[in-house]
Amino acid sequence: MSPILILALLPLVGALLVAALPNENVVRIKQAALASTLLTAFFGIYITTQFVAADTAMQFVQKNKWIPSFAINFSLGVDGLALVLILMSVVLTPLVILAGWNESEGGRWSVKVFYILILVLETMIIGVFAATDLFLFYVLFEAILIPVYFLIGGYGTGERAAAAVKFLMYGLFGGLLMLAAVIGVYVISSGAGHASFDITELSGLHAVMSSTTQDFLFLGFFIAFAIKAPLWPLHTWLPDAAKAGSPGTSILLLGVLDKIGTFGMIRFCITIFPDASKTFTPMIIVFSVTSIIYGAFLAIRARDLKRLIAYTSISHFGFITLGIFSMTSQGQSGATFYMFNHGFSTAALLMVGGWMIARRGSSTIADFGGLQRVTPVMAWMFFIAGMSSLALPGLASFVSEFLVLVGTYTRYPVAALIATLGIVLAALYILIPVQKALHGPTTPGNEDLPDLNLREKIAIAPVVAVIVAFGFYPSPLLNIINPASAHVIESAGFSDPAPTENAGK
Amino acid sequence: MTFTAPVLEYALLAPILIVLAGALIGVLIEAFVASAIRPTAQLFVAIATIVIAFAQLVRVHGKSSATAAMGAVTFDGAGVLLQGSILIIALISFFLIADQDNFTAAAAAVPGSQEERESHQARIRTTEVFPLTLFAVAGMLLFPIASDLITLFVALEMLSLPLYLMAGLSRYRRLASQEAALKYFLLGAFSSAFFLFGAAFLYGYSSSLTFAGIQAAVTGGAGNDVFLLLGISLISIGLLFKVSAFPFHSWTPDVYQGAPTAITAFMAAATKVAAFGAILRLFYVALANAEWQWRPVMIVIAIATMVFGSLVAVAQRDAKRMLAYSSIAHAGFLLSGVIALSKSGLDASIFYLFVYGIATVGAFAIVTLVRDSAGEVTDLNRWSGLGKRSPIVASTFAFFLLAFAGIPMTSVFIGKFSAFSSAYQSGSVAIPIAGVLASAIAAFSYIRVIVLMFFKDPVEDGASVVIPSALTTTTIAATGAVTVILGIFPTPVINFIASTAYFLR
Repeated sequence: MSPILILALLPLVGALLVAALPNENVVRIKQAALASTLLTAFFGIYITTQFVAADTAMQFVQKNKWIPSFAINFSLGVDGLALVLILMSVVLTPLVILAGWNESEGGRWSVKVFYILILVLETMIIGVFAATDLFLFYVLFEAILIPVYFLIGGYGTGERAAAAVKFLMYGLFGGLLMLAAVIGVYVISSGAGHASFDITELSGLHAVMSSTTQDFLFLGFFIAFAIKAPLWPLHTWLPDAAKAGSPGTSILLLGVLDKIGTFGMIRFCITIFPDASKTFTPMIIVFSVTSIIYGAFLAIRARDLKRLIAYTSISHFGFITLGIFSMTSQGQSGATFYMFNHGFSTAALLMVGGWMIARRGSSTIADFGGLQRVTPVMAWMFFIAGMSSLALPGLASFVSEFLVLVGTYTRYPVAALIATLGIVLAALYILIPVQKALHGPTTPGNEDLPDLNLREKIAIAPVVAVIVAFGFYPSPLLNIINPASAHVIESAGFSDPAPTENAGK
Repeated sequence: MTFTAPVLEYALLAPILIVLAGALIGVLIEAFVASAIRPTAQLFVAIATIVIAFAQLVRVHGKSSATAAMGAVTFDGAGVLLQGSILIIALISFFLIADQDNFTAAAAAVPGSQEERESHQARIRTTEVFPLTLFAVAGMLLFPIASDLITLFVALEMLSLPLYLMAGLSRYRRLASQEAALKYFLLGAFSSAFFLFGAAFLYGYSSSLTFAGIQAAVTGGAGNDVFLLLGISLISIGLLFKVSAFPFHSWTPDVYQGAPTAITAFMAAATKVAAFGAILRLFYVALANAEWQWRPVMIVIAIATMVFGSLVAVAQRDAKRMLAYSSIAHAGFLLSGVIALSKSGLDASIFYLFVYGIATVGAFAIVTLVRDSAGEVTDLNRWSGLGKRSPIVASTFAFFLLAFAGIPMTSVFIGKFSAFSSAYQSGSVAIPIAGVLASAIAAFSYIRVIVLMFFKDPVEDGASVVIPSALTTTTIAATGAVTVILGIFPTPVINFIASTAYFLR
């Protein structure tokens, strides 16, 4: 049994364990959930240390026949790209549980159901990143909507049912478009004499596809991923879902699940349809840049803390997509590293934001003020998270944003220049809430807010540590990411343009 | 002129003959057995009949490549599989039928009359429904193996006449039930007339009533094409009426709503299998070489059916009507397997028919449980908050709905996937595209129900869930299990179908 399969099954075993516990014993349920996710996290870190970075083939491969009559296999495996995202997911999940220790209470259903949903979700997340069979990926891509739907609808706040439905409908619509494209890929591969869903074999399929077919199938995949990521103009579900979800759900949604979209663009869009990717790149670059700027403006205008964080994510996903479709190895590496960092900085923002909201009982930014004096530790944490979001040099997100912009500039200088504007706007959308919420006179009603307790400090510490550590010393991760990115670019038939002084003139 | 006595292969015809014998015994029980033990006796006879017939079917399936009864029926792999599906669906439907005090005591009494009240007070139970169902089952068993037009028509009437009656047997809402029966009867008679008219034209075209003869005439191409076209279209109307394809669907919602729910379950599942079986044989065997005449129209009908069914399902406020429109949409999805006109299309259709039939019986079985003092509650608004009071029943219903929506890890998804890919493989790209779009629309109507059950609070006059009897529990558990298991491990069944399903031409 491959270590990746074991990793994916660990949370599921945890879910069974939680299910077996009695309903009343709330603390024991939480402990069991935390223990199984912690175990998963440590095992994930162990797997990362066993990964051979220089090898661009899939590693820890698990391959079993599943539905042979359709050439469907149950096959898992990771390359640098998948590994980094899995690592991010498994590290974040226990922190999410720890940070939102009490958010499972007061939901529509019992505490137990909440943790079962979270643990099942973690299994699916690992599976979706590790799937090397297109059909398996599709199955998990769709199925993952269900636990999130119940998490938002059952444990969220405000207009949670409507937000959950909107989330699910967008997701299903994208997924079903992708289903048509998946069927198309299958039919073409079987028409070419060898039916297959294996992504390594499918990467050679573009040779037998007409460019029109390739374009349509590419769009089927891309629209699904652009909804998931989300890219302007398909983003409208995200702020609602993020606002309605509990902080923990929103971390998993924004930090982890949305990465499936950008991951899919690299893994499927570029790898299977290199020619169509080339055709659509200019359009996608325009959408990405629009997302960066538009998301930033929405964030500046936002009055609600959770919506603000959702809008910043839209802007950040613009950067990630820009890096991916710059079709340079630097841009790709930057995008992958960006996905990792975005996971952690969003988690930090939402964790602190969640605590602030829980203490104050309101998510309106104007209700906060003077937190720096009342709750200094919480305020500092919010500040660091904000700085990470605006990519302050010295923090990990700076490295990735820089790589994306450099990688883009060598091929699309204009896009890179406009995207740089996004950094300026980021300073605005972060500093405005920092100033409003942390500084200035203490808003009446805030005087007695308690500062972070020990549990919360323990939850946020690893996140901040990751943000700072990889800011100063990113090479352990980049060493894993770079060969994978170079491999994607190379096997799709692109090459890095040599940087010249004249570029952009 | 000498008279040749027809040779009947009793061994091959055994399953049908056994079911007919069981039905006759049922009639005798009605006449001679004391009314107190009648329900038990009827149930026993019905179930024993189905089980023995199934055993016979298993026995003859080895010799299943023969024509019987002077070529009037053909035993081949596809026929046996369809007959097996019908018997399994009939068995679980009997569990539902047995459970109901849902049938009126005096079907012939005027609704609301003194006679009706008296018969209710006398606690008379309608047990005629058992032999009636068995007669219908016998017709259904004959329908997909009939290989000449007369036998096909006889089978059509044999399965329809009992169903017309059974639709009118509901204990509650007598008027609606009688209306349903009348409507079904009148429209059914109308469609039978179309069918006969079409058969006459096909006879005129080929001077043969057998499928083999028609096929030979089509291949020879010597006949009058106008007769062929008229024949195909009129006979198709008759058959498409039975599977409730657009625009011949208008009876479906009223009949599904008015009929007793157990009968609706049986009708929706088993009739569809039988009628699609007949359609498959007619188009795959007799008219395969005339594909240019019927295929384009069939594609239009399939797309119109799936889109129409999905769209109208969204507007439904009644559980049974919603399921009726969903069944119309599924008729469209199922037609894609007919359009494929290939071995993979045949395999896909048989698998899809079986799993859809099973899931349909399961979904209607749950509808029978949701009640108030005046019988079943099908008004969806009164289902709100059901998830709170009866989490297991509501979750199971939600699961069936997600299966209908085509969410992966359910059997219906595998069916849909294989049907769409077979249509795509035969060059009908429009089918999978329209199919996924229709699925997205249909998903909305299913999700609306899930929202109602789980995310809304119970209303004042809300429905409650009765504790299911052992038989209904068995039905629900078995259908649910099949839907999950065939969604995750469909391989044995798919392989079995692939190796067995073929048409003897």
